[in-house]
Order: sequence, then structure tokens, then C-alpha cells
Amino acid sequence: MKKILLWKSVFIVVVVVICILAVTGIPNGLGWSAWKQSIVSRVHLGLDLQGGTHLILQVHADDAVRAETSQAMQRLRSDLTSHGIAFAALVQPDPQGQPQRLQLTGLDERHAGDFNNLVQTDLGSDYTVTHAGNGAYTMDLNSAAAAQIRSRALTQSIETISNRIDALGVTQPTVQAHGLGAYQILVQLPGITDSARVKEVMQETAQLQFRLGMAGPFPSAAAARAQYGGILPEDSVILPGKNIGGASNSTSGEWYVVSRSSPVSGSDLRDAQPGVDQSGRIDVNFTLTTAAGRRFGNFTAAHINQPLAVVLDNKVQEYATIQQRIDDQGQITGSFSQQQANDLALILRSGALPASISYIDDESVGPSLGADSIREGVLAALVGFLLVAGFMLVYYHGAGINAVVALVLNLVILMAFMAVTNATLTLPGIAGIILTIGMAVDANVLIFERIREEMRHGKSVPASVDIGFRQAFITILDTHVTTIVSAVFLFLFGTGPIKGFAVTLIAGLLANLFTAVYISRVIFDYVLMRQQGVRGAKLSIG
Amino acid sequence: MEFFRETDIDFLGKKWYFLTVTMVLFVIGMVALAIHHGPVMGTDFTGGTEMDIKFSQTVPTAKIRSALGAAKLGQVTIEPVGRAGSDEILISSPLSSLNQADLEKSKDDILGILYGVLDVNAQGKQDLNNVGVSSFTAWLMQKDPYGYIGLGEQAAQTRYQALATELLSTRRDKQYGGLLPSFNALAVAPGSPQIAQQASQSFFLAPFSVRSTSIIGPQVGSQLRGQALRAVLYSLAAMLIYIAFRFEFIYGLAAVVAVFHDVLITLGMFALVRLPIDLTVVAAFLTLIGYSMNDTIVVFDRVRENLPIMRRDRLPNIVNRSINQTLSRTVLTSGLTFLSVLALLVLGGQALRGFSFCMTFGILVGTYSSIAVAAPMMVAYIEWRNRRQRPLRAAALSGSRSAAPVGRKLEKVGR
Repeated sequence: MKKILLWKSVFIVVVVVICILAVTGIPNGLGWSAWKQSIVSRVHLGLDLQGGTHLILQVHADDAVRAETSQAMQRLRSDLTSHGIAFAALVQPDPQGQPQRLQLTGLDERHAGDFNNLVQTDLGSDYTVTHAGNGAYTMDLNSAAAAQIRSRALTQSIETISNRIDALGVTQPTVQAHGLGAYQILVQLPGITDSARVKEVMQETAQLQFRLGMAGPFPSAAAARAQYGGILPEDSVILPGKNIGGASNSTSGEWYVVSRSSPVSGSDLRDAQPGVDQSGRIDVNFTLTTAAGRRFGNFTAAHINQPLAVVLDNKVQEYATIQQRIDDQGQITGSFSQQQANDLALILRSGALPASISYIDDESVGPSLGADSIREGVLAALVGFLLVAGFMLVYYHGAGINAVVALVLNLVILMAFMAVTNATLTLPGIAGIILTIGMAVDANVLIFERIREEMRHGKSVPASVDIGFRQAFITILDTHVTTIVSAVFLFLFGTGPIKGFAVTLIAGLLANLFTAVYISRVIFDYVLMRQQGVRGAKLSIG
Repeated sequence: MEFFRETDIDFLGKKWYFLTVTMVLFVIGMVALAIHHGPVMGTDFTGGTEMDIKFSQTVPTAKIRSALGAAKLGQVTIEPVGRAGSDEILISSPLSSLNQADLEKSKDDILGILYGVLDVNAQGKQDLNNVGVSSFTAWLMQKDPYGYIGLGEQAAQTRYQALATELLSTRRDKQYGGLLPSFNALAVAPGSPQIAQQASQSFFLAPFSVRSTSIIGPQVGSQLRGQALRAVLYSLAAMLIYIAFRFEFIYGLAAVVAVFHDVLITLGMFALVRLPIDLTVVAAFLTLIGYSMNDTIVVFDRVRENLPIMRRDRLPNIVNRSINQTLSRTVLTSGLTFLSVLALLVLGGQALRGFSFCMTFGILVGTYSSIAVAAPMMVAYIEWRNRRQRPLRAAALSGSRSAAPVGRKLEKVGR
């Protein structure tokens, strides 16, 4: 008996010491501030407590599908033309509603065989071809292939956005797929409360292209078209210059006619840095990868004395004549501020987003509100705890000490759990802790009331303690398992605050089973053991 | 000390009173819900803009209200938050359109209106009381007061970011609650008088600071609403299954009905006092569910224990005795939990207000429902079942009240 009790005590002490170390770590000094510092560094505060920004982005994944079918369309069109197969039109009939669909009309049926061969080589098995008769065909991207493109757009967006945020120097950002809706990304930025600037950097799509210039500048898009008698040459397109804002002032400014295709794109960039040119203007210098550099070299060599348009996000940044072969180095100049050049270089470095994004949730909490919340939450928890502990001591006398010890250890174990698992403490988490205190008190009350009841019925003290713990344990187990089961569901199906709440509740209740039932029992047994042999042994239980 | 000793109250005999009380509470709640067209949903669930703003002086509420009204931002509400005299308000603008741009713009609009109402003349300067770390870092990079740019862009970025965090988060937000009294308050670190000097040329100090902002799209709102509802229903189903497994199906059903009772009445109270429901409140409802369930299980557990001991007794007597035996515990635990959530309600601050209200009220209803709803319902069902199963025997035994041991299969479990 005595020996078992000793081992139990040793076990409890070891657990408690490990938990205390887990909370405090090994502090740098012995002073209170060193301990406090050490504790603060180990408890991860949620955004609602330390301040920061929480963003949810919607990735418009259909953009990526549209881009894919559009590329396939370009391939097919140029192959049909080069094989001399005549057709009336090859279009995306409904790019918004059905981005996966291509439509060909007016094919000379004699070339049907050749056409099918070309479709095989250009589109591969990802497309389903339907012959509608009369030389009309529809080509649909398979849903499996489309789904793959969409989910790739999501992962690539996550990667790109992480890169950009990393370069902004935010400490411990979170960028991950958001479980709630389709193709959503959750971004959490601790300590950043001005989401506007971060959003600017993230939202830029940074499609860098180098296109062959054909004519320009023109004062308006209409003027550019008029230059060609209303019909643009094959494979060309009209793009606005960098100073053209929205659609509102599209009548004035510079417009250019440029080629549709670009020998290199944003993903061919190896590096981009802000710099200063000879005349002291701020520019952005970029370096291409080796393969892209060779491609760009051949392209520029073949078009010397022709204009080159540097196009960023479908706006012509620069329009200059190619003087000589350009290999892997280039500049983008413009009237940049230092900040704009930094941001542009950053965006170019981190690659282009495969699809456009929009923000559907943007919440930020300032550090002062967070600090207030911590202070108020901790104060409330402390006052609640003191009220409860005081009452237990008054109502249950000596046994009340058990309850208070169990409560304190419960909190220590809970904090240790949070520190070790890197769980985040949020505002609802603090509320979860307060409720853990409530459940812990309930367990103690259930046991003590039961012991009193048995003693009232004339049972001996040790028998009362034994029956009290045994009977109350069944109830405690039922109540705890019920709550833990529901908390597990909350964890599985909840987000944000609900999840944080569930984590603290689960950990607190598990700790409670150990402290209220096991540790409390050992203390009772120890008290009873010391009274062994004393006649009329009494228990201080109020 | 002891409050209750061997009480013998006939709880089940008062079931008609209980039913009346429940119906009255229920009707009040339902009427409140009907009048207000359902519970008031917070921005978390409806989408919209919400800004928590602290002023350095008394809030010109009337002026802000009329300015916001004139700006046609929808049904904008302004309410004071925090403790009395904290000069802090919450401006909420619900979403009137699904348009992404409107959503983004509403925040800037509200800020613009506040600058206008308070006669702040920005003169193209930035607001130091509302500038964020990343923008302040960008400003430092541009001014380069310590010459870190010479160390390379990345290194300078890191150093200035740390400095910006230190100056804004610690000095401004934590020490002055987001409101710097003057530019000199920045001049505390070595070399920072120079920064304070430069800041006074590029910045101004607005007499308010934005403590939190949320702009939530309606899409996210409805996703969160659906998800919160799913989480609640799944966890209720899980509880029902667990209790049915440990006791008997009717026990689980009675407990779940009692919990629904608590949730509906508390929802009614939220509608009555016009408190909005947000995600934190959902967490509180979940706790209330767990707590009410807890109380019910304690009583049912005692019934299960007493059934074989008092097998010759009538079920209502067994249940009454069980409630009386656990009454002391019920009152103590509810009282103590009530104390701690009351502390939360009084001291817990704005962010936890909905939570603490839900818990404070919910503990009262939850305790009441386990005695007044769950137990009578369980008894009524089992008595009805026994009458139906043995109508002939009951008739034959007329005179002596049916003493058939009920819920016999319970003897096998749990002991």
C-alpha cells in the first residue's frame, strides 16, 4: 500500500516537473522577467491576441483552364494553317461559362482525316472531340484534365503567394489551402495590420512578355485599328500603354499594335533587381534562364531594327527598337519610385500567378486590441479561478486543498500541452480554459459530494473515499467523454476560433481526468495513510 | 459547510409548472426571433464591414452617424464598446451588394468620413496612428535614417521592419493604446529623435485609431454559417449516439431535446437583447450544449445507479430521488461555473461579450432543463411505453400501482 502510493507520488511529481519545464523551457536567468520572457516565447498567440491580418483569397481557377484551352487553340490554328487545311472559324464559344470548350466551324470535310490527326498531336487525349456534322466540331477538355489544371492553379498560387510574402519579411506567415470553400487560400500575417500594401504585392499577376511591336503609338485603340483599315493583321493585338488607367480614360494615351506571341514569359526569369540607369532613373534589371536567354537571343537577332514591346500584365511598359542581339539580360524602365521598383522586382522574382485572385475575407486586429484582450481574458480567468478556489476551500475545508491543487495542475498540464504541440492560444481558447476550470470543479464536487453522502450513510472514511471515487468516476467519465466527443467533431468540422476552442477543451478535459481523479485520489490516500491506526479517523471535508 | 442535506423535493410532480415556465420562455424567445426575423447575425456570417475605432476624445457619435447616413453605406450601425468612458465605437456596415469592389471600398469610405467629421486635414500626409508596420517599413526604407540601405536591400528591409515593429506595435499600440500623444513619443531609442523629426513632416496624427477591421464577403459568411451549423449538428448526433450506447435511446433523445430547448431559448434571448451572433458566440453555444448535457448525464447516471437498488419503486420516485441526491452537486457546480462566467462577462471585455452572455444565461437554462425537461420527458416516455406494452396486465393489477421495474436492461450496463 505504502509502496504503491510512493511510486504513484513519484510518477505525479515527474509528470508535473516535465509539464512545468515544457511551459517555461530553460530560462536564461532566474529573475521573473527571464521566466516571463521564456513563457511568452513558448506560447503561440493567435492573431486575435497578438494582432495581425487574416485574409482569404479566392483563386479563379477557371482562368487557368481558359488559358490552357486558349493555348491549345493557338497551336491548333497555326498547325491547320501551315497544313493548308481550310476552316471558317476556330473559337472559344463561351470563355466565361464554358472555359473548357473550343469550337471549329466550316472545315472542308475532305480534310477530316488530317484534321483528326492534327487534333491528336496538338490536343492529345485530354480533349473529347464531337463531330456535329457539316464541318463543325467541338473539342472539350476532359473534366479530369480540367480538375487537374484547377488544382495545379491552386497549388501554384499558394507557392507564388508564399514567395512574395516571404520576400516581404513577415515573420511566421501562414499560406495554405483553406478547407472551407473550393480554391480558396488562407493567408495569416502576424503583426501586419495594413493589409492594403500586402494585397497590392500579392495581387499583381506579373505576366511579363516580350512581344514584337508592329505599330504605335496611337492616341486611341480605334486609331490603331484604323491604321490597318479596320482589320488587324493575323496574330496581332492592340494593347494599351502603361499610363492608360481603367476603361474610363481609354480614349487618350498611347496604344500599340503588337504580336500575340512572346518568346519568353515571367516563368523564364532567373532574377530581377531594382537598379539605376545611366540617366539616374530607377529601373528594374532582369536576368533570364539559360534556355530562355538563347531563345530570346535568336528572337532579337532575327528582328534587329524592329520595335520590341515589353508587356507587363497586358500593358506595354516599353516600346523600343531592337539595336542588337539581347541574350539573357534586360531592363524595364519607367517612371518608377524606389518602392514601386522594389515591388515590381519582387513580383517578377516570385513568378506569375496562374489565375487571378480576389479577396473574400480580410480581417485585421491591431496589437493594442490584442493586448487588451489578453489582459481582460487573463484577468477574468484569474478572478474566476480565485473565486472558485476560495469557495472550494471554505466549503470543503481540507478536501478543498485537493481541488485547488488539482485545478492548478490541470492548468499547468494544459499550458504544457499547448506549448509542446505548438497549439495557438486564441480568445475563444482562453474561454475554453475558463470552461475547463468549470468542468474540473464539477469533477471535484461530484467526488466530494459522493464521499459526504457515503459518510452520512455511516460508512467508514476509507470506504466512503473509495466508493466516492469509484461511483463518481463513472459519471465523470460519461460527462467527459461526451464533451470530448463533441469537441472532436468541432475540431474536425470547425474553423478558426471554433477549432482553437476545441483544442483547449479537449486537452483540458484529458488533463482533468488525470488531475481530478488520479492525483486527487493519491492525496486522499496519503492523508488516510497518515491517519491509519488513529481511532475515529476523520476527513476534513467540510 | 453544507447547503443541501437529504433534500426530498418532488420535482416530477411539478412537471406542469415546468412545462408552463418552458412554454413562456419559449414563446418569448420565438416572438423575439419572429419580430427581428431570426437572430441577429454578426459580420462573420452575413458579410460586411466592421471597424473597431478608439478615439482620443469623446466620440462625436451624432456627427459620425449623420455623415455615414449621408454617404449611403447601407444600414450602418454605431455602438459604443468597451467600458464606459473608453471612447471606443464599433461601426458595422452590412453588405448590400455582392460586389467585390464595394466591399473593399467601404473601409476607405468609413475612414474618409471619420477624417471629414473630425476636420483632419491630411495634406497628402499619411496617418501615423493608423499606418501599419509594412507601410512604415516602406517609409523608413525610403528615408533610410540609419543608412541601412548600404548593407543591401534585404538586410535593410529586415532591420527597418524590426524597427517599425518596435516603434509602432510596442510604443504606439501597446503603450498608448494605438494613439500616439505626439511625434516625440517615437523619440525614445538612440537615433530616433531624428526619425520623430522626419515623421512629423511625412505624417499626421489622427485623433483616433482603428483597432480592428473585418471585411467579410457574403460567400465566406454563408460558408461559415453552414459550417457552424454542421459542426453543431454533428456534435449533437455524436452525443446522442454515445448516450444511447451508454444508457438507452430515450435517455439520449431526452438529453438532446433538453439541449435543443436550451439553444432555442438562448437564441431567443440573443434576439431579445439584439446581440449579434458571431463565430465566438457559436463556440459559446457549443459549450452551453456540452454543459447542459453534462448536467443531464449526471442525473441520468444516478438514475441508472438507483434502478437496481430501488427496483420495487415507481420510476418517478427513482428519478426524483436521483435528482435530489445530485441536487447539491448541481447547484454547487452551476453556481461556481456561473461565478467564473460572470467574471468573464464583467471583466472579459468587448471581444468576449457575446460569449459570456451566452454562457451566463445558458448555465441557468441548462441546469433548469436537465431537471425540468430531460427527466420528465424520459419518465413520461417510459411510462407510456410500459402502459402500451402491458395494457392487459396493468388492467389486471388495477388498484396496485404498476410496480414493474423499468429500464431493466440498464442494470447490465455501467456497473
